Amino acid sequence: MVVDTLEREKRTDRLFFALSDATRRDIVTQTLDRERSVSELGRLYPISLTAVQKHVEVLVVAGLVSKHRSGREQLVRGEVDQLQRAHELLDELETLWRARLERFEHVLNETTGKEDQ
Amino acid sequence: MTIWNVDKNTEAKTMVITAEFQTSIINVWRLWADPRLLERWWGPPGFPATFEHHDLTPGGTITYYMTGPDCSDRFDGTWNVVEVDAPTRLVVEDAIVDDDGTPSDGNSMTRMEIDIEAAGDTTRMILTTHFDSLVGMEQAIATGVVDGMKACMSQIDAVLDEVAA
Repeated sequence: MVVDTLEREKRTDRLFFALSDATRRDIVTQTLDRERSVSELGRLYPISLTAVQKHVEVLVVAGLVSKHRSGREQLVRGEVDQLQRAHELLDELETLWRARLERFEHVLNETTGKEDQ
Repeated sequence: MTIWNVDKNTEAKTMVITAEFQTSIINVWRLWADPRLLERWWGPPGFPATFEHHDLTPGGTITYYMTGPDCSDRFDGTWNVVEVDAPTRLVVEDAIVDDDGTPSDGNSMTRMEIDIEAAGDTTRMILTTHFDSLVGMEQAIATGVVDGMKACMSQIDAVLDEVAA
C-alpha cells in the first residue's frame, strides 16, 4: 500500500529528525535508565526549559520517549528497548556502509583508471 | 567490489564487514591515507565531509566536518589514531566533539579497525566497527545517512506543526 509506505517514510523521517540532534539523543539515553523530570533534564543542558520541552515533544512524536505527570512534575521515560534499538541501529549501519563502500569503489576506480563495473 | 560478509553482534554493538576489491592493497590503503580521497567517499551525497587535520601516526588526530546544503549548522568529528601499520592496518577511535571542537563527555566512543589483506589476485578489506553506547551508534548513523537534514531549532516547530495538522 502506497499510504502505508508514505506513513512509514514519515515515521522514519521523524525518527531520523528526532535522532539528528545531540541533545535529543542524550535525553533518550538519560531516560532509559530511569525516569527524569523535564526540569531535571533542563539542568543537564545549557538551553532554556522551553527548548528542552520542545526537544522532548519531538521525541514523544517519534515514539522514543513517553511523558506522564506525577504530582507537579512532568516525567519523561525512554521508550526504547536497548537490544532492539541496537539491532535496528546495526541494520541502519549496514545500509550506511553498503552505500559508503559503493562510493569507496567508485573513487577507487577513478584513482586507478578503471571503469565502474 | 564484492561484499563477502556482514557480521553483526547486537550485544557487543559490533559490526564486521568484509569487502573485496579488484585492485592492490596500496590502492585500497590510499583511500584512507589520503584525506583528499577519503573525503570523496566518507560523507553521504549532499553532506560532504572535509578533512582538516589528517595525522596518520599513532596518537595523531584526524578531524573533519560535514555540512548539509540547507543549514548553516555543521557536524564536527574527531578520530584519535590508535594504530597504524601501513598499508594493512589502521585503528581509529571516533571521539564525538561539541560545536566548539572540544570532546564531549567521552562516553560515546566508536572504534573502527580497518584491515587490508591480499586474497589471491584481489584485496580484502575487513572493517570492524565497535560502539560503546547506543548514543555513539545513533550519532554515526545520523551523520552518515542524513541527506541534508540537520537539526536546526526552526525545523522542530515545522515537524511538530506537521504532526499536529
